[in-house]
Amino acid sequence: MFATGIAEEDRKGSYVDRSISRPCNFEISQQSPVTHTQYPYVTGTSVLGIKYKDGVLLAADMAGSYGSTVRYKSIHRLKAVGSHAVLGASGEISDFQQVTQYLDELVLNDYMWEDGNKLGPQEIHSYLNRLMYNKRNKFDPFWNSLVLGGVENGQKYLGVVNMIGVHYKDNHVATGFGNHLARPMFRNEWREDLTLEEGVKLLEKCLLVLFYRDRSSINKFQIAKITEEGVVISEPFALKPNWDFKAFHNPTLGADGSW
Amino acid sequence: MFRNQYDTDVTTWSPAGRLHQVEYAMEAVKQGSAVVGLRSKTHVVLATVNKASSELSSFQRKIFKIDDHIGIAMAGLTADGRILSRYMRLECINHNFVYESPLPVGRLVLQVADKAQVCTQRSWKRPYGVGLLVAGVDQTGPHLYQNCPSGNYFEYIAFAIGSRSQAAKTYLERKYETFSESSREGLIRHALLAVKESLQDEELTTSNCSVAVVGVDESLTILDARNLKLFIDGLDESASVPAEDKQADEDESKEQGLGTSDGSGSDVVPMETS
Repeated sequence: MFATGIAEEDRKGSYVDRSISRPCNFEISQQSPVTHTQYPYVTGTSVLGIKYKDGVLLAADMAGSYGSTVRYKSIHRLKAVGSHAVLGASGEISDFQQVTQYLDELVLNDYMWEDGNKLGPQEIHSYLNRLMYNKRNKFDPFWNSLVLGGVENGQKYLGVVNMIGVHYKDNHVATGFGNHLARPMFRNEWREDLTLEEGVKLLEKCLLVLFYRDRSSINKFQIAKITEEGVVISEPFALKPNWDFKAFHNPTLGADGSW
Repeated sequence: MFRNQYDTDVTTWSPAGRLHQVEYAMEAVKQGSAVVGLRSKTHVVLATVNKASSELSSFQRKIFKIDDHIGIAMAGLTADGRILSRYMRLECINHNFVYESPLPVGRLVLQVADKAQVCTQRSWKRPYGVGLLVAGVDQTGPHLYQNCPSGNYFEYIAFAIGSRSQAAKTYLERKYETFSESSREGLIRHALLAVKESLQDEELTTSNCSVAVVGVDESLTILDARNLKLFIDGLDESASVPAEDKQADEDESKEQGLGTSDGSGSDVVPMETS
């Protein structure tokens, strides 16, 4: 009934779940059920997001893990959407690329209208929610947790949508491990009037903790800043971890037989 | 316009490069009773003349709410108009479902126009016999558009369609420069005065006209009989209100209301003019 760009039926031909969407035809011999990929291959780990005084900050590392191997180390997991929003994704990278493809088409559509109307962050978030939930209902999810941050008319927006269609907004969000390690730190230290420096410092603190404790993370990050002026995604940078603990100097002390 | 051998099919061009069937469809719009629309910086108002086919019948409904932020008024084959309004409502509701935000008015108008165009290029269809004035508010402010059976659409500050609409248009042409800064109540008054011009002999009453308003902070509302009556009664006093007193109107429009019991112009004392 409505065109949302999810017309996979037209794109992928016979890969759609025939068994669910079309009536069964007994004249054709029983086919084995159509299945979809049930697990992700190349994944990104946590994405962090906080609102601050002048806008919204998103942060993510640049790792693409292939199972337990950190296979790719320059994956951009933060992508600008239009002029005033950024999408960050954890989970399957190829699904994230497909989602950004759909969003780019939406933004292009807006651009071609040339009527001064633009998709704001809230509308993008709603669109993503419909997209993710729709796929989930067809048992073929985009295996992602998405963070959408943006600014519209001075209003700051920060929302999350995940692969089962759960969606919410908050002053500070995180995906994956970030929920366990970063959110508690946000809860203690987040304030409405954080300056840019304070916001970045808070994010870097959490990113460092994630680098220490999350085995899928690497010491290479990007931070995205969205304000009334627009979107700026930083160049990749590294943080300075501290390994200078006494116990690390002579790790085999007290472990006879170890080397 | 007179019958000729090129006017049977909508898909037949005349040697003069015209599609007569489309033009005949636009005639149907001109036969419908008048519909007027005007906009200010903050509001858009639609007003219609309602014709009752007999004393015993109720009058035709010509104003339809499409969404909280869009309303239409139609002139011509109102049956065709209902189909278009159903389409428009569906488009609005579908957009709202996906984006949780109102469909921009211009985009909806273009979709309706494209739909109308299809009927001018299929041999098994006929053009819609209804003209729409679409009033709506979106991110870019208030808008007033006209949709034609030809598939054309135009944006206006003020316009009128239907029978005797020229009289209303003349009034609008005289006054349109004041619309932009008009208050909500002032705009409604102008709409009623314009519609009045289209009712040559009759008195303006709550049973032969309808008014709808939509604004930047106001969902589309169709004025009920009570409020409409207040505005109509208020017309007589302020019919001679000169430009200066518009300031008083603006002050009182601070209270947003559906025509409060103060009435439209009872706080304004008209100057004596000859």
